Amino acid sequence: MNKNDRAPLFHVAKRGALPWYQAWAIRGAALILALILCGIITSLVTKLNPLSVYAAIWKGSFGTSRKFWVLLQNIAMLLCVSLAVTPAFRMRCWNLGAEGQALIGALASAACMILLANKLPNWAVIVCMTVSSVVAGAIWAGIPAFFKAKWNTNETLFTLMMNYVATQLVAYYCVVWESPKGSATIGIINSKTEIGWFPVLGGQKYLLNILIVAVVCVAMFVYLRYSKHGYEIAVVGESERTARYVGIKVERVIIRTMLLSGAVCGLAGLLLVGGTNHTLTPTIVDGRGFTAVMVSWLAKFNPVWMIFTSFLLVFLGRGAGEITTNFGLNHSFGDILTGIILFFIIGSEFFINYQIKLTRKGRKEE
Amino acid sequence: MFDFITFIPRAVVQGIPLLLGSTGETLTEKSGNLNLGIPGIMYVGGICGVIGSFFYEAGKTAQDMNPALAILIPVLCCLLGSFLMGLLYCFLTVTLRANQNVTGLALTTFGVGFGNFFGGSLIKLSGSELPSIILTNTSNIFRRNLPFAESLGTVGKLFFSYGFLAYVAVLIALVCSYILNHTRTGLHLRAVGESPNTADAAGINVTRYKYAATCIGAMIAGLGGLYYVMDYASGMWSNNAFGDRGWLAIALVIFTIWRPNVGVLASFLFGGLYILHMYIPSGMNLAVKELYKMAPYVVTIIVLVITSMRNKREDQPPASLGLAYFREER
Repeated sequence: MNKNDRAPLFHVAKRGALPWYQAWAIRGAALILALILCGIITSLVTKLNPLSVYAAIWKGSFGTSRKFWVLLQNIAMLLCVSLAVTPAFRMRCWNLGAEGQALIGALASAACMILLANKLPNWAVIVCMTVSSVVAGAIWAGIPAFFKAKWNTNETLFTLMMNYVATQLVAYYCVVWESPKGSATIGIINSKTEIGWFPVLGGQKYLLNILIVAVVCVAMFVYLRYSKHGYEIAVVGESERTARYVGIKVERVIIRTMLLSGAVCGLAGLLLVGGTNHTLTPTIVDGRGFTAVMVSWLAKFNPVWMIFTSFLLVFLGRGAGEITTNFGLNHSFGDILTGIILFFIIGSEFFINYQIKLTRKGRKEE
Repeated sequence: MFDFITFIPRAVVQGIPLLLGSTGETLTEKSGNLNLGIPGIMYVGGICGVIGSFFYEAGKTAQDMNPALAILIPVLCCLLGSFLMGLLYCFLTVTLRANQNVTGLALTTFGVGFGNFFGGSLIKLSGSELPSIILTNTSNIFRRNLPFAESLGTVGKLFFSYGFLAYVAVLIALVCSYILNHTRTGLHLRAVGESPNTADAAGINVTRYKYAATCIGAMIAGLGGLYYVMDYASGMWSNNAFGDRGWLAIALVIFTIWRPNVGVLASFLFGGLYILHMYIPSGMNLAVKELYKMAPYVVTIIVLVITSMRNKREDQPPASLGLAYFREER
């Protein structure tokens, strides 16, 4: 038989839009498969039965009320950064610099707390922190956006590099403002006066952060779905040429959207410094800028679904943390589990967007 | 006076992992895959080599060890581990056409976690009684330099004082550069990265080229991780010690404008920038050192901006970088 006669067994075709429940059924199936695999791996490593592994994961988030609040706080922070990157992603502008933008926001608010303490009343310090961190985040995203709009500089790589510039800048100020001397860390800022600390609502120190992020989430949903700006972003994302043809100023949309993206990242930095940590370290954002990319993408850039996907990642991370503390394993075990789950969900997108058609065998005989 | 004779060899040693990482990433990017999983792959490469030699070295003294095996086992383990990571990336992005940025970042999360997890718990898992992973014997074999290096004085120190993997790294970079620019395979590979549609129409197997380039690229990058542990860190694994070198390797790809042969010297320059803060006399002001650590990234940004402003065709990233190829899509 001639080699060229061989027809492939199947061919791959693009699918029309699936109904949302089918798409989520596929993702759910991938998630369950991933969880099963994670359970197997964990029980191989810890020699536990898989059920108690899942029980431990559950307890990591819902075991005590404190753990539950930590879970909510972590979801809120991850969600905030994810919301920030989303408008840029919808425009197909890969802002991988959320880490740096949030860090710069954190730096700006820490700077206000340190430098303005005892010079301005507390409320004024908090206003300064808010304004400066939002502006700082916006500037940090605006630099790559300007070059992208003007000279089409690759924004993925540019924003990526900006992360490390921000990290080193924060490291620099950590040494400049170090207390106690020689520790190269800042420690808790204004621990006696509590200047610049956000007010505690209802006895829960995380509550205010969570409420703020909830408001941002709704606002972002409305902005992307119902505003003219949101529509322009969607058009630029689908096709720059179409956007130009209908008279959208693409450069302006790019810069405006990236500024917004950076501003929300800066807000995330503010919430971290002013709301919870009250300190500044080069690792304060804790990789959320990168996790946010996955959260946003998994939710198909939809702010409401993002609540769910960020819950999923935080929940798993905390569950894995519980396992590692219980069994004296290395903390990085959680990253392995997160990685496995991401691979499965990333892979499952294929089955949502494409279908595999078996070719008719009859054709081979022709 | 700035001490170049001690500075340069240290810069080179810092540069070699970056060189391997960026050569691998250049090869990958030339096929149109933007593999942001390189940092993770380098971790996996490093830890797989460590696992291999950990079991080989366990319970042996330096005399018992066969030098050839002591080198071969970690290298093969490292290649296997990073090959599997590359394969996973390819399967997800080429066969399943997933988003490359997301896949790459997931791969980095996984790889760094994998490295730190096994680095931190290998001893516990294997039930051995050693206090920590220190593979001094294997490392000594990796670091063995040419016998006449000592007798050559300054020249020996500058050119011959490195372990064999450093020379392999330079060789790989030059070979890659040659293949990319002077062979038919390289031409096809670049075609795949620039315009997979055209390449496909010309009868080039796009999928095969993407798979091959990415997997080989991942293996080369993995060697960078191995070099770091075995040579630079003297066989001692400590978690997160590898740091952000993986991202620096990606920066280096841009800095060299996708040319591995330029990468040889550029990586030494980056290595120098990376450790410059230790050599700059800053007195008591430790803070300034943190600013010097910014240098490689700032330099990369400047190069990125300049290349995009000059807009010369041969200096651009591969045109289809970051895009999945689907034949039926127009």
